Amino acid sequence: MSIKRRIMLKGTLAAGAIGFVAGAGLLSPRAVFAAWSDSAFTATTSPEALKSLLGSDSLEDSGKIKIKAPDIAENGAVVPVSVTAELDGVESISILAEKNATPLTASFDLGPGAEPYVSTRIKMGKTANVVAVVKAGGKLYSAKKEVKVTIGGCGG
Amino acid sequence: MSSIKMRANAEGDVITVKALISHPMETGLRKDNAGKVIPADFIQEVSCEHNGVAVLTAQWGTAISKNPYLSFRFRGGKAGDTLKMSWKDNMGKTDSAESVIK
Repeated sequence: MSIKRRIMLKGTLAAGAIGFVAGAGLLSPRAVFAAWSDSAFTATTSPEALKSLLGSDSLEDSGKIKIKAPDIAENGAVVPVSVTAELDGVESISILAEKNATPLTASFDLGPGAEPYVSTRIKMGKTANVVAVVKAGGKLYSAKKEVKVTIGGCGG
Repeated sequence: MSSIKMRANAEGDVITVKALISHPMETGLRKDNAGKVIPADFIQEVSCEHNGVAVLTAQWGTAISKNPYLSFRFRGGKAGDTLKMSWKDNMGKTDSAESVIK
């Protein structure tokens, strides 16, 4: 085989290998996302959502979780909710609106240095408890606060 | 132009991050004026990185309000550091923005 042919073949093989590896997503830089849990977000009850998302629906009430949300939501489409957990070793904070068709609204995984606090705005279909589930030290704790909704915000 | 408006302020040891993202967050339950269902179009994954480390990652559902607001806090950063926030939605769209901690 001529030298030129050998070099060309070697190049083609390498290019093919790179193509395969790039296609497999191993070469592209990407943000570190938490993989989206389809089953948790489509679950129609809180226990199912929690079992899907966190592996358990066994919750311990905790007075150390504070939920800040309006007593009465003027607009069910935009309900501000803040959760603060005065617990050690908080790994994640999840927020559920118990009477939404699919109760799980969001879940936040805390990385190194993150404080156990999140604030966001959620849609609520009707008056219901907003439940915060905090995973700390391998256990699940929860607190709830009722939010009255006059005009539902899910658009259904 | 990024869909993400982000501010990060250092208060002592703690960095407070506040972000507002432009996104329709359609639930897939609404109908348009012609009666056709508006397809679900919502952010599913959010990530905020500091010095290449994800300090917060989030999974969102359709019940996060339109034009989502997010605030959180973390320790270990300082004024002058860069934060990067990224999101990915159910349609596969992505966006990201960087912000310097003040």
